[in-house]
Amino acid sequence: MAQAAQTGKSMRFGEVGLLVVFAALALFSIFVASKAWTPAFAFHAWLFALGSIAAILGIFKRYSVRSADWPAQMIDGRPNYNYGPVKFAAVMAMFWGIAGFTVGLYIATELAFPMFNFDLPWIAFGRLRPLHTSAVIFAFGGNVLIATSLYVMQRTSRARLAGDLAPWFLVLGYNFFILVAGTGYLLGITRSHEYAEPEWYAIFWLVCVWLTYLFVYLATLHKRTEPHIYVANWFYLAFIVTIAMLVLGNNTEVPVSIFSSKSYPVWSGVQDAMVQWWYGHNAVGFFLTAGFLGIMYYFVPKRAERPVYSYRLSIVHFWALIFLYIWAGPHHLHYTALPDWAQTLGMTFSIMLWMPSWGGMINGLMTLSGAWDKLRTDPVLRMLVVSVAFYGMSTFEGPLMSVKAVNALSHYTDWGIGHVHSGSMGWVGFVSFGALYCLIPWVFNRKGLYSLKLVDWHFWLGTIGIVFYISAMWVAGIMQGLMWRAYTPQGFLEYSFVETTEAMHPMYVIRALGGFLFLCGMLIMAFNIYKTIASPEASSVPSGRPALAPAE
Amino acid sequence: MASSTQSSSLWHKHAIFEKNSILLVLGILVVVAIGGLVEIVPLFYLKSTIEKVEGVRPYSPLELAGFNIYVREGCYLCHSQMIRPLRDEVERYGHYSLAAETMYDHPFQWGSKRSGPDLARVGGKYSDDWHRDHLRNPRSVVPASIMPGYPWMEKTPLDYTHIADNMKTLSIVGVPYTQEMIDNAQADMVAQGSGAGKAATAMQARYANAIVRDLEADKGKLTELDALVAYLQRLGTQVDFKLYDDKANIR
Repeated sequence: MAQAAQTGKSMRFGEVGLLVVFAALALFSIFVASKAWTPAFAFHAWLFALGSIAAILGIFKRYSVRSADWPAQMIDGRPNYNYGPVKFAAVMAMFWGIAGFTVGLYIATELAFPMFNFDLPWIAFGRLRPLHTSAVIFAFGGNVLIATSLYVMQRTSRARLAGDLAPWFLVLGYNFFILVAGTGYLLGITRSHEYAEPEWYAIFWLVCVWLTYLFVYLATLHKRTEPHIYVANWFYLAFIVTIAMLVLGNNTEVPVSIFSSKSYPVWSGVQDAMVQWWYGHNAVGFFLTAGFLGIMYYFVPKRAERPVYSYRLSIVHFWALIFLYIWAGPHHLHYTALPDWAQTLGMTFSIMLWMPSWGGMINGLMTLSGAWDKLRTDPVLRMLVVSVAFYGMSTFEGPLMSVKAVNALSHYTDWGIGHVHSGSMGWVGFVSFGALYCLIPWVFNRKGLYSLKLVDWHFWLGTIGIVFYISAMWVAGIMQGLMWRAYTPQGFLEYSFVETTEAMHPMYVIRALGGFLFLCGMLIMAFNIYKTIASPEASSVPSGRPALAPAE
Repeated sequence: MASSTQSSSLWHKHAIFEKNSILLVLGILVVVAIGGLVEIVPLFYLKSTIEKVEGVRPYSPLELAGFNIYVREGCYLCHSQMIRPLRDEVERYGHYSLAAETMYDHPFQWGSKRSGPDLARVGGKYSDDWHRDHLRNPRSVVPASIMPGYPWMEKTPLDYTHIADNMKTLSIVGVPYTQEMIDNAQADMVAQGSGAGKAATAMQARYANAIVRDLEADKGKLTELDALVAYLQRLGTQVDFKLYDDKANIR
């Protein structure tokens, strides 16, 4: 290029390589689109083609503005941290959070008032429900995990993020995966494995992205200037490695054709069920627990300005948690056609899992020793601490529900839905909000949040929303379980199925109300974050202009 | 104390993992692999995992098309297909589910939540017309139902063209579809929806007890609704529980 000749700038190996890969992918996608069996799959092939073309243009654009040299690793003896991908993932987390909670509220409304399905295929409950779960777990939660892990790993290693384009491929590629998966659900493209619905080509793409994640992580750790790998990174690494193993194990499938979105899993029936819940329970264990415990181990001590309570407890917590979690899957299959020995193993290990879970909770909560007074003044810290409390609550409820006698009542009912939401809204949601409230002013170099008072509002709306949600589901679930097994004195089943459905209607309305409050909290957060990012940088406030007054 | 120095040196040893990211990753891999290996691998070689029963056969082409629609619409999110051996479930839904009954389900459709009733044995409980009305507008037959309506399904023509490819792929993953079955896939699909006749008899020779209906399939009028109803009406009807010996598999 002429410009390159003038400045002595030349394309790097990674840039050329990615250009070739994306050009090939664009051509291949257009070829597939032209022969696709269904319009839905053609749409996805076009998405891949457009995404590839956008990537090519992006790489050229970046090349035209970047300097000829590599970015400095150190500036004035301090690591030159790379926050660009962190910022992007943090902002995407906000976007997907709002989208995922909104869809959740919508499907809650559908269950209370079925007319909201409008007899349309794309928004029927069966298609929207995977959109909700994927949007909150993988899109919102995943972006929070990527944003925080890329930040924590750089800071605790005192090293700049490894890779030039790789971190961008990770964050952009991951969000592209979400886009493909989500639009696929609406169009009826699904593997129908819970929390593993994306079809083969989306998974293939995800595996490429995920391996990049692992390499970026390990390469950054490799050039760390701190001798020890900090405990938060152990949890992030366990999350990345195990999710890779689980996704590969649960996605053994044969596509019908490269022109078809449809694939058939290699396993069937009982083996498919066991592999799915080995995956499914550990998506909870490693995506929603280990990853977010990494967040806890960095952000709670940081915000409380106290060291982690016990180093030894964190060692025991880590190894015991990751060892025991993997076994717990069969508790999703109690009293099914899965062999009894597997069910018993699942139950036994689920009960044992209570111990490391509470060990971790104690380690997080006791970190506040000597700083408990901050809960009164710092709503962000309060959010983080309450999330750990919810973690403790749902990791007690889980082992309880895994006991076969309890499971006989709770399984197939809304008790399970309530349990999942006390974990996901209370633990994952709140620890994510807390971490983002800390992270965004740090990476955008702002003095602090726009308003702590709004955080307070978010905290209370969110907490009340969760309480509404989980109490409604406890009542609905236990009531329905008891109604199913109720007998008349003459020995007949007392209730028809649809009578239990009718009885749950008020609880479904209350649940939707709880979700609405939770969503309102999120919208307040989005406003607060927007105002924070829009405020001037901390070090570059021009003296002539007055700084923004806090809203308090 | 000797024990305390010993234990503190053991704690000290953990630094190996904290200082070497590759060892840490390998340690994690070993620790997280164990549980899955112990619980999953034996399911593939222990004969007791799937008991031997008479009557379970692969889906006919029309039923398979219905199964794929069931999967596509996410029915498993509200309907389980797994009756547990509990008194109330057996009385409400029928004999508890056997592993063999879902051995050709790729993917399994056991489900995890019953916002609607279990469907493992729904086959034959209601008429075809009931199912059609119910899928068109659930509240026309069950006023308090919260199920979405699927009126568009009877207006959507069924895709005939790729059913053989689907069966070929299933045969790769272990469903015993013969070459003859795959070659006749499209014809069998039409035969099952065209009423009694020679073609229907040939189809039933390949798929025992497959229910033949006159849906004017030979005039190209098969819809997605027809396929889904054919699938639903077959659910749980494969094993004859008058003949099933539940003691036979106990050892």
